[in-house]
Amino acid sequence: MPTEATRELDADEAQPQGEAYLRIDSLWKAFGEFIALRDISLSISEGEFVCFLGPSGCGKTTLLRAIAGLDIQSRGSIEQAGKDISNLPPAERDFGIVFQSYALFPNLTIEKNISFGLENAGLSKAAISARVTELLELVGLPDQGKKYPAQLSGGQQQRIALARAIAMSPGLLLLDEPLSALDAKVRVHLRHEVKELQRKLGITTIMVTHDQEEALSMADRIVVMNHGVIEQIGTPTDIYREPATLFVADFIGEMNKLMAIAGGPGMVTIGQKDFNSGGGDFPPGSEVIAAVRPEDIIPHGPGARSDGAPDDITEPGNAFETTIKEMEFLGSFWRARLVSAALGDAELIADFSINAVRRMQLSVNMDIVIEIPSNRLKVFTRPAGE
Amino acid sequence: MSVTTPDSLPNERPVKLKLGRDDLMMRGFILVIALYLIITLAFPLYAMLSKAFSTFQFDLSQIEFQVSDESGKFDGTILSAAALNEQLNAIPEDEMATSSDGRLSLTPLFPDFSFRSPVLYKIRGTTEDVVYLIGSDRVSGTDWREVDSNTFRRIVLRPVQSFGLSNFTTYFSTPSLFRSIENSLFISIVSTIVTVSLAFAFAYALSRSCMRLKGVFRLIAMAPILVPSLLPGIALVYLFGIQGMLKEGMMGESIYGPYGIVLGSIFFTFPHAFIIITTALAISDARLYEAAVSLRASPWKTFWTVTIPGARYGLISAAFVVFNLVITDFGLPKVIGGQYNMLAVDIYKQVIGQQNFEMGAVVSVVLLMPAFIAFAVDRQVQKKQVALLSARSVVFEPNPDRKFDRICFTYCSLVAIFIVGILGVCQFAALIKFWPYDLSLSLKNYNFDVMDGGGWEAYGNSIKLGLLTAFFGTIVVFIGAYMVDKTRSFRAGRGLFQFLAMLPMAIPGMVLGLAYIFFFNDPNNPLNAIYGTMAILVIVTITHFYTVSHLTAVTALKQMDGEFESVASSLKQPFYKLFTRVTVPVCMPAILDIAIYLFVNAMTTVSAVVFLYSTDTALASIAVLNMDDAGDVAPAAAMGMMIFYTNAAARIIHLAVSKGILKRTQAWRLR
Repeated sequence: MPTEATRELDADEAQPQGEAYLRIDSLWKAFGEFIALRDISLSISEGEFVCFLGPSGCGKTTLLRAIAGLDIQSRGSIEQAGKDISNLPPAERDFGIVFQSYALFPNLTIEKNISFGLENAGLSKAAISARVTELLELVGLPDQGKKYPAQLSGGQQQRIALARAIAMSPGLLLLDEPLSALDAKVRVHLRHEVKELQRKLGITTIMVTHDQEEALSMADRIVVMNHGVIEQIGTPTDIYREPATLFVADFIGEMNKLMAIAGGPGMVTIGQKDFNSGGGDFPPGSEVIAAVRPEDIIPHGPGARSDGAPDDITEPGNAFETTIKEMEFLGSFWRARLVSAALGDAELIADFSINAVRRMQLSVNMDIVIEIPSNRLKVFTRPAGE
Repeated sequence: MSVTTPDSLPNERPVKLKLGRDDLMMRGFILVIALYLIITLAFPLYAMLSKAFSTFQFDLSQIEFQVSDESGKFDGTILSAAALNEQLNAIPEDEMATSSDGRLSLTPLFPDFSFRSPVLYKIRGTTEDVVYLIGSDRVSGTDWREVDSNTFRRIVLRPVQSFGLSNFTTYFSTPSLFRSIENSLFISIVSTIVTVSLAFAFAYALSRSCMRLKGVFRLIAMAPILVPSLLPGIALVYLFGIQGMLKEGMMGESIYGPYGIVLGSIFFTFPHAFIIITTALAISDARLYEAAVSLRASPWKTFWTVTIPGARYGLISAAFVVFNLVITDFGLPKVIGGQYNMLAVDIYKQVIGQQNFEMGAVVSVVLLMPAFIAFAVDRQVQKKQVALLSARSVVFEPNPDRKFDRICFTYCSLVAIFIVGILGVCQFAALIKFWPYDLSLSLKNYNFDVMDGGGWEAYGNSIKLGLLTAFFGTIVVFIGAYMVDKTRSFRAGRGLFQFLAMLPMAIPGMVLGLAYIFFFNDPNNPLNAIYGTMAILVIVTITHFYTVSHLTAVTALKQMDGEFESVASSLKQPFYKLFTRVTVPVCMPAILDIAIYLFVNAMTTVSAVVFLYSTDTALASIAVLNMDDAGDVAPAAAMGMMIFYTNAAARIIHLAVSKGILKRTQAWRLR
């Protein structure tokens, strides 16, 4: 569970600037005995692109379906554009939706799929046709209208699903894992396109995903969820740089997790070594976890001395000597496994740039000094059983 | 944001979904179709069960008399009817048991009674609710009524209804009835073992060999589905009966009885077993066979360790389906059973022969038991079979093996000869003037109008029944399946509907038909008007074959993307637009399958409708039964073959229409 201190930090970020377009208040969802969503509160402002991110079973899709009215919540309220929509059926809400399966009607042409919702909205045939053409151009498939869905590629089908969802200019666009059924390359390409489209239309968008890269690259704000609760809400950089909880730290990006004992304020002991850490006000002696990302570990080469404090070590207190046990070349960087007597049994994973490795001529079995910047060393409560 | 999250739902009022127009309409549909099933299934079954557990008995202790002297003077002595009977033993105990329509005259209690005598009688009930009849007037109550001798003879007592197991006690203490259970189980088990073995070998040969004419064999194996189950009985009579072409083959045994029933059962259940086992063999994974070969397992070992375990659910399922078909079948044992009693025939004999409806209901309950168990086991097994299907399975492709292929071809030819032979004999019998004396060809046996059974009109009625059943049945079944699959929440209603939709499969046709008599023939039932009409035949046939149709529809619907409804409602489109524009066109192949299934079964069914047809609504399948019963065996065979040709034609039309529609509306399937 998050601490009070870290939670309060986000409280401000959780509230978007200006009037909220979508406001979710104390939302609960139970399936029989199982509670899928616990006390979810969240505001989203107009034009924002928000991602619900979490592992499968965390409740993100359940939350999306509650917003759509497809599976109504057990408790709590939802307000959209100042109107209480808590118990409205989907047809009386204002949203467009795209599913992972695309859910294109297989027996209707692309045109008919897109115009399905426009047909009895009081538009003339010509107006409908014009709108369909406009939408097809918008998603970059202007001459595919006469084809059937099965004749298009997965990526093209997904764009048609998107066109259909925005055909009636809904106030809210819901995307339920829209890209996960696609090939990796197509996925990366479509990320960009969807984001572009959303920016162009300025439509408030919620996307559910379990892919952190997708969330980090597309969202204005990310809502990280786990076990039916919101772990953290924040911008992609916030979420990555300042994870509020151990779960967020662990789920997004790589993270070294080290057993540690809290010292005084801003102090933590890992193995036999004391470190300065960023934040984390724990009673001295309590069991905690210290976490640092592999790319935040700074190598100082074999020449440096942890006690002698050479010039390039900015925080001598956070520097110590380690041995490189293994090195793995991962294309754009090297990943090293480090051990150190000072840390006891713990192993550290560190990512070193190719440049640094070449410059310091790092190799396996070499002893080097590394430094962990105090503001990059995060401290979290240790969960029971670890 | 809260610091600690509570562990359970807050104690507020739950959010209740405001039902949209779609929700209300869909729930309405579910309720209407559920109501249809309740009226056409649950209520009749309830009526039948209550019949089975109710007995009717005259209760003499209800009645008291005073008798005057010759001059009409009463001396005030009150005589109890029960006490009088005890003295005189005028009405023996076993005459006290009766049916709901039983009436008891009271004059035997007075040995001196003469309707000309001037003696007057006073009669009263001992309690307020005692009812007796004076002529046709209903009288009740404890007031004395004075009548003369002539009127007294017209007084009858009505029976008292009581509930209990006494009908069952009677049943189980009547050896001739009880014997049928043993017979039915024996015949069903033997037929099951033989049919499943034969069908397995046939399916195995078709899927694992490279022999020629596979398509022809497959077609022939399916042919028995197109005829009533009693048709093989007629053919067997021609082949092995007293004047049979091959009667020496029986070596002195009679075909009338167990031999005939088992042989005929093999014929008409073969396609059912064949379909199920073929499916089971088709899903087996070729990679397992490759592994077996690489491990140098012998073909024999591979067969027992790979083939049989892979097909085991199919085999079990086929066994129960065949068992169920045989034990509930009525037509075949009626035609060829001779003196060998079976449960389904007992129901018919009790109801039609002896007008003992209560006992008919009791036999029905007995017959429900094995059918229900077989049904329940089959459902469980079917579920497991689905789990075996793996998306990554590799389809098995047989390699040519001359010796093995030749054995398979010989075997399949023998089975095909048996099936074609049975049909051929029927057709032959229909065209012969007078077997075995005048073998010249003639069409006189097709002159149905001069025979008992309903004539050509019956044939017309059958086609009408088939078309009406296919039309209305498909609509009801498909809409019902759609609603139950797509309605949001409303768990109780959907659960009830699912149960009702699965139930008909467990109800033998005879039982359903009898239940319909009890329910619809009740003069107090407002639906009584449909009794004896085509409508009740259509209804009972739809209900009888509801489950398989429902499952076909549900399977097709499940293959559709579950989010279509969500998308449609987000686009503010009503569900019926989605239903007509997308669901129905996409499911059209399944819809046509349901229609042809209902048509073929309506043409061949005997069991459910045998109690319900009237002279205006005689059916071809019933005509076969009745003509055979009346000794017109050749015309019966002729009519049976008419059903076969009609169904075969229907299937061909179905195939053509399916192809045509597929081409026109399913262009999207082509890449």
